[in-house]
Amino acid sequence: MNDFTEYTTGEPVVDAKAPKGPVAERWDTRRFEAKLVNPANRRKHTVIVVGTGLAGGSAGATLAEQGYHVVQFCYQDSPRRAHSIAAQGGINAAKNYRNDGDSVHRLFYDTVKGGDFRARESNVHRLAQISVNIIDQCVAQGVPFAREYGGLLDTRSFGGVQVSRTFYARGQTGQQLLLGAYQALSKEIAAGNVEMHPRTEMLDVIVVDGRARGIVARDLITGKIDTYFADAVVLASGGYGNVFYLSTNAMNSNATAVWRAHRRGAYFANPCFTQIHPTCIPRTGDHQSKLTLMSESLRNDGRIWVPKAKGDKRPANEIPEDERDYYLERIYPSFGNLVPRDIASRAAKNVCDEGRGVGPGGQGVYLDFADAIRRMGRGAVEEKYGNLFDMYERITAENPYEVPMRIYPAVHYTMGGLWVDYDLQTTVPGLFAIGEANFSDHGANRLGASALMQGLADGYFVLPSTINDYLARNPHKDEVDAEHPAVREVLAETEDRLNLLLAVDGDRTPDSFHRELGELMWEFCGMARTDSGLRKALERIPQIREEFWRRIKVPGSGEEFNQSLEKANRIVDYLELAELMCLDALHRAESCGGHFREESQTPDGEAERRDEEFSYAAAWEFSGTGTAPVLHKEDLVFEYVHPTQRSYA
Amino acid sequence: MALATRTDKRPSLPRTVWDSTVGKKTVMAVSGLIMLLYLVAHMIGNLKIFFGPGDFNHYAHWLRTLGEPVMRWEWTLWVVRFGLVAAVVAHAVSAYQLSRRDIKARPSKYVHSKPRSSYATRTMRWGGIILGLFIVWHILDLTTGTVHPGEYEHLHPYQNVIDTFSTWYGNVIYITAVVALGFHVRHGFWSAAQTLGVGNAARDRFLKACANGLALLLTVGFVSVPVGVMTGVVS
Amino acid sequence: MKLTLRVWRQKNADAEGAMSTYEVDGISSDMSFLEMLDTLNEELIVKGEEPVAFDHDCREGICGACSLVINGDAHGPERTTTCQLHMRSFDDGDTIDIEPWRAAAFPVIKDLVVDRSAFDRIIQSGGYISAPTGAAPEAHATPVPKPDADFAFEHAECIGCGACVAACPNGSAMLFTSAKVNHLNVLPQGAPERETRVLDMVAQMDSEGFGGCTLTGECATACPKGIPLPSIAAMNKEWLRAARKGRR
Repeated sequence: MNDFTEYTTGEPVVDAKAPKGPVAERWDTRRFEAKLVNPANRRKHTVIVVGTGLAGGSAGATLAEQGYHVVQFCYQDSPRRAHSIAAQGGINAAKNYRNDGDSVHRLFYDTVKGGDFRARESNVHRLAQISVNIIDQCVAQGVPFAREYGGLLDTRSFGGVQVSRTFYARGQTGQQLLLGAYQALSKEIAAGNVEMHPRTEMLDVIVVDGRARGIVARDLITGKIDTYFADAVVLASGGYGNVFYLSTNAMNSNATAVWRAHRRGAYFANPCFTQIHPTCIPRTGDHQSKLTLMSESLRNDGRIWVPKAKGDKRPANEIPEDERDYYLERIYPSFGNLVPRDIASRAAKNVCDEGRGVGPGGQGVYLDFADAIRRMGRGAVEEKYGNLFDMYERITAENPYEVPMRIYPAVHYTMGGLWVDYDLQTTVPGLFAIGEANFSDHGANRLGASALMQGLADGYFVLPSTINDYLARNPHKDEVDAEHPAVREVLAETEDRLNLLLAVDGDRTPDSFHRELGELMWEFCGMARTDSGLRKALERIPQIREEFWRRIKVPGSGEEFNQSLEKANRIVDYLELAELMCLDALHRAESCGGHFREESQTPDGEAERRDEEFSYAAAWEFSGTGTAPVLHKEDLVFEYVHPTQRSYA
Repeated sequence: MALATRTDKRPSLPRTVWDSTVGKKTVMAVSGLIMLLYLVAHMIGNLKIFFGPGDFNHYAHWLRTLGEPVMRWEWTLWVVRFGLVAAVVAHAVSAYQLSRRDIKARPSKYVHSKPRSSYATRTMRWGGIILGLFIVWHILDLTTGTVHPGEYEHLHPYQNVIDTFSTWYGNVIYITAVVALGFHVRHGFWSAAQTLGVGNAARDRFLKACANGLALLLTVGFVSVPVGVMTGVVS
Repeated sequence: MKLTLRVWRQKNADAEGAMSTYEVDGISSDMSFLEMLDTLNEELIVKGEEPVAFDHDCREGICGACSLVINGDAHGPERTTTCQLHMRSFDDGDTIDIEPWRAAAFPVIKDLVVDRSAFDRIIQSGGYISAPTGAAPEAHATPVPKPDADFAFEHAECIGCGACVAACPNGSAMLFTSAKVNHLNVLPQGAPERETRVLDMVAQMDSEGFGGCTLTGECATACPKGIPLPSIAAMNKEWLRAARKGRR
């Protein structure tokens, strides 16, 4: 046992900004109640935005259009490279262009249910309402969505839903949406309304008198650590899936911004809610540096199977039809291969655990297009999935038109994140979190094509409406500058941390620690979690942390372009965040969505929620590295979508 | 509101064209096409040499009476000459400025270099220089007679041509230049089509075929004259 | 596999650079090219040497960060990004030359990392459609013919990696610029800014110090996303059209 698990439970945390009344009117009500900033005064307000993905890029552009002075940061060499760009499948919107029974209410319902009843109704309904505006906005920007011959937008159905509400741009929807936001942002940069700092990484947030007033950031080229000040700080820095080392996140995606914010007082909510995506390319060996996702849209036409017999080593094409187990179709006859991600992932793990996995190490299942090619013709399959097939072949050197693809689940998205209220403000006044960086809309599991929707909803529409209220109600009287004691303290702490990393001069590389932590997390805090496993991880993490500070080796200096230093500094934060993830997973003794506790399952192996005990969002308050945090519960109230055990059978 | 407002003060059309790499390439394309048209006519005229001195010398005389009675003796010819000089100068100056810019844009070479990457560029740059020098010699030889190897006789081009191609160096210079011209036209014509925005995926084959055809036609047409002299067909 | 690597090492933008030779062993043919470099870097760090700096991020061929010239080819021998290149494209015992993008407009920052901010400034000069948030009409209000939508998409696929510039003997950015011009100019939404867009973007491209286009076609051969060479002709057409009528 260690001290960290001895957490205490503090006052409940309440979302004070969410209006009461009918759910469909709450967003209008909130917008009306929010105070506005006089357009002429907006340019006197500076807003810092960290990150330039779908959420950050769209927020920066929109705030600048409104007249605010935006100072924006990204660690990449260009704002166009944020990892939203890698999203493949599509973006949901309740347009009902197909006349197939879709509506705002159905999208709302599907999202709450898909999130396994651990998301806020108010937030999710707002998201569903705004979804239709997003499509309009993106089309106006020139996003080349797929179209039909009549010139109108095409849609398809996507994992876990039965209506065609997903808009897409071949397999590169994220790229096209991100470039739309990037272009809007570029326009504002040229107009002087956004001051863009690429290759600059946020290392801490500056909190003065209880309010966020700026950030500390490092210029990655010169190594210079500087302070930047603003009236409000918006974190759009993405998720923390890279805690697992192997994930579908970009190599440099990291948790530093959100974790530093957490250390400065922002509560971290539901850190154990991570999404394991079912259709990734399996790993090939220890050299693996990241995992590549294959769009979930493949499940629309591909059929997932494994051999019926254990340890069947025959090539896929030699296994006759009656010796194949199309297990998703067998277990979930009505949704079949289209069950939500968490269910598909866990089912894959189960068959592999039974010894029926395929490919090297038995860590894979087949995704077979033979039937689709017979039904639609190779040309049609190529038209729909050609680029994904090419990508698969490039990575594996296998031709998926001839042999079935092999897939395996991988960490993909983190539903948890900084706790925010209805205004997307964290528990630190003036500090906002949008996109994947916050926890708000997906509950315990995110539906496919909803991340893009949430990122853009937050950035284009929600934050630009709610941040006004904060800025209007909280005029800053005193200017903060670099000489302020609180600022000097944050700056000194940051410099000390980096100097210490350089000074250890041990014998282990940053990656070796990252990999060790990742393997531990995947084993004990991955697809299936147990009390004893999590306790084991919680015992091990502080040991790795201790070893890290004793044996880390970072070559070079801090006053130059130093990728090892960047990496090592991110691992410092992973080593703390991982501990909180495990604790959160340990304390939530139920199964829900992406969080599967083996102790809490139905007799047939499905996740069993325990609403009477756990129908809350767990918001954790930091109280020191390795010191037990304080749990603040936000009770979830369901007035419209009544919790039922999810059934996709 | 801080929406960007564009101040629409744009420079004049010639300024826009000359200041832009795309514009300058347009100048090269247009001047190149003018010269190409001239060369086709010139080549066809040259072939008259195979009909004997009477036909050929008469053709030279006719060129000077072109446009009469509106024009006077050699007026049309001078108009064409001025046009051609303008085209050559525009083409050369643009090429020089663009090449300098291109070289500056890639100051350091790759250690592991690939020769293929500079084929077209090299053909155009060296070919252009060869052609420029050739034009000077060609005029001094057969228009002014300044460096003519034999007794230069004005308005008797038949004999002048035979004189030039009776020397080894006359043949070498001329044939080298014509081959350079072939390569230059081959890439230049297709390139001009792209610059003028005529090229697209569907038309690409056709344009390439045109470029090859033109290059071949000009090369064969021009080379036939020295070959004719050397083989004694023209004497 | 055992390989000999000759890698461009340059301390910073002002320092002189040179090729350094390294040996790596135990390389699996399933590794990506960047994972092979990771292996080298892990060894270098343990030995107390500075690891090789290179840009990379998504490692799925879409972010456009990776940017290596391998044996004289931008992104190496396959038509893909460096991160999607696998070691099965090489043989045991090979010597591989690894260099940064070279162009005056892309100065080296360190080792294999270059500054591509010139691309951002080209986009900033006009590579957008002005559609302030909230002002958008209903998405179906303007149908876009499928061929136009497909043409736009084909050009919108550009990932801004800069391989076109790296491969061009003139360091020209015409393919990059034309991809964005063509994406936006073919769409009805892009029509109001059609002329100013192409004029401004070409002017910005020129002022960044990129070379002119001599249509060698190297850019399109190197492009991992297959932006076609006729894209340049299409932009030239737009530019000429704009130069004639775009000056109001």
